[in-house]
Amino acid sequence: MATPQTLLDKLWAAHEVLQRDDGVSLLWVDRHLVHEGSHHAFAKIAERGLSVAEPSLTFAVVDHYAPTRDRSKIADPQIARMIETLRSNSAAHGLRLYDLDDPHQGIVHVVGPEEGLTLPGLLINCGDSHTSTHGAFGALAFGIGATEVAHVLATQTVWQRKPKSMRITVNGTLGAGVTAKDIALGWIAKLGTGGAQGHAVEYAGSAITGLSMEGRMTLCNLSIEGGARFGMVAPDDTTFAYLEGRRFAPKGQNWQTACADWTSLASDAGAVFDREVTFDASEISPTVTWGTSPEQALPISAPIPDPSEVPPEKAEAARAALEYMGLKAGDMLDGTPVDQVFIGSCTNGRIEDMRAAATVLRGRKAKVPGLISPGSAQVKAQAEAEGLDRVFIDAGLEWVASGCSMCVGMNGDLVRDGKRCASSTNRNFKGRQGRGARTHLMSPAMVAAAAVTGTLTDVRPLLEGRAA
Amino acid sequence: MPGWRVHQGTALGLPVANIDTDQLIPARFMSVPRADGYGPYLLHDMRRDASGALRDDFPLNAHPEASVLLVGRNFGSGSSREAAVYALVDAGIRAVISPSFGDIFAANAVNNGLLPAKVDDTANAALEAAFATGPQDARIDIDARCVTIGAVQVRFDLDDSWATKLINGWDDIDLTQNHSAAIAAFKQQRSQTASWAWPDGDGLKTAV
Repeated sequence: MATPQTLLDKLWAAHEVLQRDDGVSLLWVDRHLVHEGSHHAFAKIAERGLSVAEPSLTFAVVDHYAPTRDRSKIADPQIARMIETLRSNSAAHGLRLYDLDDPHQGIVHVVGPEEGLTLPGLLINCGDSHTSTHGAFGALAFGIGATEVAHVLATQTVWQRKPKSMRITVNGTLGAGVTAKDIALGWIAKLGTGGAQGHAVEYAGSAITGLSMEGRMTLCNLSIEGGARFGMVAPDDTTFAYLEGRRFAPKGQNWQTACADWTSLASDAGAVFDREVTFDASEISPTVTWGTSPEQALPISAPIPDPSEVPPEKAEAARAALEYMGLKAGDMLDGTPVDQVFIGSCTNGRIEDMRAAATVLRGRKAKVPGLISPGSAQVKAQAEAEGLDRVFIDAGLEWVASGCSMCVGMNGDLVRDGKRCASSTNRNFKGRQGRGARTHLMSPAMVAAAAVTGTLTDVRPLLEGRAA
Repeated sequence: MPGWRVHQGTALGLPVANIDTDQLIPARFMSVPRADGYGPYLLHDMRRDASGALRDDFPLNAHPEASVLLVGRNFGSGSSREAAVYALVDAGIRAVISPSFGDIFAANAVNNGLLPAKVDDTANAALEAAFATGPQDARIDIDARCVTIGAVQVRFDLDDSWATKLINGWDDIDLTQNHSAAIAAFKQQRSQTASWAWPDGDGLKTAV
C-alpha cells in the first residue's frame, strides 16, 4: 500500500521538475503575481538582457503604492515613479496589468482569487510574504524575495527545499463575533511568531471547513506571522462554489475535469505530519494585539501583561513593546482609548469583512476618525451595491479606493507618531503604519467596535440583536 | 556576486529579539533604486532620531566598520522585502548570527552573499557574553560552520545548499538555464495532465 501523503506532498510532487543531489527541488510556477515592489527583479532581468519566460502566466497589479483618494494626479513623484515603472515593465514584457483605473484592480492577494487566477493545485509565487493567502484554495503559494522573483520571471521556476509539514486542527464551532482573524492571532500567540518557521501549515478541522473562503484566506494570509511561509486548506465544495464562473477559472468540460482532480487534493487518512497542534474553537475569543509582534496578542478580556510574569526569554521584548505602545502592565485591554481605526488590507479587506464591520456600525456613530479601504475595486463596487458605503460614511468614517493603504503606509496613508490605531491588518511591527505608530491588530468587527466606542472593546455586546 | 569561505572583521552585539524587516528598512525607503545604495536606511528608525540624525547611543553608529552582527531570535521576520538584506549588505554586513531567522529573509540573505548563521541557545549565550567589553574581532569559516568572536568559538547551522551557494557566489538563473530542456518537458506534460492550470478567459486560453 502506498504511503499516505499530505496535501503538501501532493502539491510538491505535482510541481517538481527535478531534485538536485542536495535535496533542493526545482518547481514549476503556475502563476506569478508582480506589483510595484517587483522593480528590483525587473531591473535584474533587464541587466542580463532576459525577457519574461511566460508572460501569460504573469500578472501585474498596482497595490502597494496605489493612492486611495484622487487617482487622477499623483502628487508624490516617488509614488508616481513606482507605478509608472510597473506600467513600463508590464508593457515591455507583455504582461496583463491591473492598473489604477481597472475595475478589477485591488490588492494582489484579493485580485488573484477574485479573478479565478488562484486555483486549487497551482503553485503561486509573488514577491510578497502574504502570498500564503492563496493557499486557502489548496494551492502551494509562498512569498519570495526579489532575486527569486527575477528567477521566476526568467525561468517560470523556483528552487526550494521542501518545508516540514505541520497541521493545525481547530475543532468545534466559533462563537458569535469570533472570526478567522481570532483563530490566527490565537495560535500565533500560543506558538510564537517563530512557531511555524520552516514549516508549511495545513489548517484542518470542523472550525476550518466551516469557514467561508474569505475566512480561510484571512487564516492562510496570517500564516507568515507565525513564521510559516505556506498556509493551506484542502479544497472542497466551498472552494469550488467560490471559483465557478470567475473570469480566468476553467470553463466547460475543463471545469469538470478540474473539480475531479482537485477533489483528490487532501491529506490522506493516516498521513504523518512533522508537527501537529490542535485547538478547540469554543475556547477562542475576540483577540487583540497589545505589543509590537503578532505573538503579543490576548483575548480582549485580558489585562495587559506584566513583563516580569511572561516567560523570561520574552520579558525584554514585552518591556520594549509596552514602552513603544504607551501601555501599562495590569491595565485592562478593554477600554484602552484609540485615536483612529483602519479597515482593509490583504488580510481583512474582502466583502465579508466589509459586511462584518457594517453590521456593527449600522446606525451608529464612530467616536474616532477612521479609514476604510476595500481590498479591491470589485469589493468596493459590491459593498456600494449593498449600501455598506452609506453605513460607513453615516458613521463618520472615510470610504476610499482599494490598495495596501494604511497597512504599510507606502501610498502615504499613515498613522502619525504616537497615535493608536485599531487595525484589521497583519503587522503591528514598530513603525509599520508610520514612524511611532501604535498598531493593535484585530478583526474588522472588532475594529468597528473600537470605532463606535473609541476604545479597544469586546464586539460581542454590540452584536446583540443584530444579524451576524 | 563574489563568493566567500572565510571572513574576518569586527562583530557587534545587538541582542534584540524580533528585529523584523519593517525595522531593518522602513517601507518608505523602498522605492530607492538599488544602485543608489541602501546602507543609510539600515535600521533607520532605531539608529536615527526624528530629525534623521544618528543616535550616539546606538552601537552600530559608533562602529560603522562592523561586518558581523549577533542579533536576537526571530531576526528578519515579516515581509519578503529583499531591501532588508540590501540595507545590511550595503552597510558592510557579511554575516548575521541568531538563534532563528525569518524563512524568506534567510533565503534572500543567501541570494546576496549574506550569511544567516543559526546558533543554538547555548552558543548564542556564549557569544553574547563575549561582547561584555564591546565590539570584538570575528572570524567566520563557512566550510567549518564555525564562528569565533573574541575568545569564544561556536558552531553554526547552515543548509548545505546555501553553504555551496555562498562559497561559489552562484546565481541561480545561470544554473537553471542548464535545465531548460527538463523545464520545457515538464511544461508540456503538465499542459496535458492539468490543462486547467492555464488561465482560461478573456482571450487568455494559452496552454502551450
